[in-house]
Amino acid sequence: MALSMPAIMKTTAARLSALYLLLFALCAILLVFYITSLSARMLITQTQETINDEVLGLAQAYKRGGLPTLVRVVEQRSRQPSANLYLIADANGQILTGNVQSLEPGVLGNEGWTTRPFYYRRYGEGELDRQRNETSQSQTQEESRRGHDAVAVVLTLPNQMIMLVGRDLGEPQRFRDVVRRALMLALGMMGLGGILIWFFVGRAALKRIDGVSSASKRIMGGDLSGRLPVTGAGDEFDRLSQNLNTMLARIATLNEGLKQVSDNIAHDLKTPLTRLRNRAEATLAGKHKITDYREALEATISESDQLIKTFNAILMISRLEAGYSSENLAKVDLSAAIRDVVELYEPVAEEGGVTLEAAPMESIEIDGNRELIGQALSNIVDNAIKYSTDASEKPAVLVKLERADGQIRLVVTDNGQGIPNEEDRARATERFVRLEKSRSQPGSGLGLSLAKAIMKFHRGRLDLLPANPGLSVVMSFPEQDRP
Amino acid sequence: MPSTRPAEIAYNDPMKILVIEDDREAADYLQKAFSEAGHTAHVAGDGETGFALADSGDYDVMVVDRMMPRRDGLSVIAALRSRGNTTPVLILSALGEVDDRVTGLRAGGDDYLTKPYAFTELLARVEVLNRRAGARESETVYRVGDLELDRLSHSVKRASQEITLQPREFRLLEYLMRHAGQVVTRTMLLENVWDYHFDPQTNVIDVHVSRLRSKIEKGFDKPILHTIRGAGYMLKHG
Repeated sequence: MALSMPAIMKTTAARLSALYLLLFALCAILLVFYITSLSARMLITQTQETINDEVLGLAQAYKRGGLPTLVRVVEQRSRQPSANLYLIADANGQILTGNVQSLEPGVLGNEGWTTRPFYYRRYGEGELDRQRNETSQSQTQEESRRGHDAVAVVLTLPNQMIMLVGRDLGEPQRFRDVVRRALMLALGMMGLGGILIWFFVGRAALKRIDGVSSASKRIMGGDLSGRLPVTGAGDEFDRLSQNLNTMLARIATLNEGLKQVSDNIAHDLKTPLTRLRNRAEATLAGKHKITDYREALEATISESDQLIKTFNAILMISRLEAGYSSENLAKVDLSAAIRDVVELYEPVAEEGGVTLEAAPMESIEIDGNRELIGQALSNIVDNAIKYSTDASEKPAVLVKLERADGQIRLVVTDNGQGIPNEEDRARATERFVRLEKSRSQPGSGLGLSLAKAIMKFHRGRLDLLPANPGLSVVMSFPEQDRP
Repeated sequence: MPSTRPAEIAYNDPMKILVIEDDREAADYLQKAFSEAGHTAHVAGDGETGFALADSGDYDVMVVDRMMPRRDGLSVIAALRSRGNTTPVLILSALGEVDDRVTGLRAGGDDYLTKPYAFTELLARVEVLNRRAGARESETVYRVGDLELDRLSHSVKRASQEITLQPREFRLLEYLMRHAGQVVTRTMLLENVWDYHFDPQTNVIDVHVSRLRSKIEKGFDKPILHTIRGAGYMLKHG
């Protein structure tokens, strides 16, 4: 791995590992201190108990035979190898008997328990030192210079003599050192473990993330068909990859749609623009009467108006499809909307010899946008009137409002030739699609697409169904919960 | 440059118009076109200047671009309205969604026109907004020549002869008569009579108007409802 140190720290795995290591280390250090201090305290208590027992024993000896017996017992015990200390001194602190050669000044002056460990020297010390120097390391050097640490109880005997009974602290100190060393070792192991875990687990995760990012780099590079690796383990990474793949598929679909639309726009806007330009050029080229110029300009204006209309429709569809949110959702009476549109188109229909009627209907209110619904419906009615003119009998367009299957359906049916082919019916609502026979009719080819986008905006749908004869265009709104 | 309006339209009372528009070229075009239509137009290139001019000057109508540097159109209008300025305002905007229109009108605008627009459309709307022409709102009976419309009894007479109209035809005539002598465009009719702001694919309005025309002109010599080429309609005596 050719990562430099800062680069390694940029990976989440390394950063997490470092953080955990730090936390664990802190905990371990606290633990070490807690355990060592606890065990030290425990050992001191134990030491004190041993001393108490010893004092009790000596007290019994004193009771039995007075001072001589006590001195004898002390001498006896002093000769036995043990960690216990015995000392009897006169009132001036002059050592009379025991196994202590010298000790920290002032210890004998205070009766009772020594408040802190004091140092002392034992008889035959040098030998002991050498032994310990071989077994343990540098810390004993200070000890040998100063002596050993011990705790003790100082008692005053009835004849003003002083007796000290104590115990060497070397053993508990060694124990504490052992515990501390063991814990330090554990800490080191923990650190090592952390690094190993990072190396194996973290790097494995890292590798998969790297796989995802290199795949996404390829996709960003333009290969939209590329997908992220899925190992089949079903873990978080797989789920992430799967979700991202679904998203990529959606983007690819949208992209495909966008491409198609831009092709269509290129065609449907370029054609009139070319016409516009050619007309202007032709008018400029020759010598014309003033009325010709006027005509050319008027044609130019009306062509631009048509272009603007197409453009507006495209913009509106994109905005509706992008989930354009309206704060102007209000109660819309669908039956009133139908009445308005039918009333608006009735004269046009009549002029074209088409009967336009609204079937008797109950009043149904939904949350929606009156303007948008009116626009969708008028596009549909407009189409129906245009395409009913080739009916075999009297052309007629009927608008119905009905409730069915938990939906509110607004149905516009004409009795023209309809669209017999199912595929054509499905295609009719796509943008710019103008079926063969409609090519001759004026229009942008966006009317039904806009209606579809408006229905989608209202969480409804637009369907084209055969009506035998003719075509039914169905605007279905979901039934809304009434408060 | 061809005349911005056909010659057969008589000039209305000259108006003093304030145009607040940051696009220099568009503003110049508007100024020129308004003056050719017989009006005087002053131009402010940004919201601040526009606010100062509007606040001090006595304008009949203001045309305000919605999006401008320094101070946007809507805040200028809102500030003027809060100072008691009631000059009619037409908002020009590239934003044309239903919501945009509603916000524009809520800010104190009287009319809303989406760019790109035809100047004839803008001119017709500005002339209709002219506050000195707005007095007819309160009249109960409109009269144009021998045509008479009673807004209370919903009756229409021409030369004392009763004419029966459908409710929508009545509202259409009412609107035309309220703005008699002024050009009324198809979109204005669709907006004010049908309350729709979209573009119907077919010219439905023309058919409605010709139906109305046949009812109020049949049997009378003089045409009263005129078609203004490239613009719209005008109800005019003589």
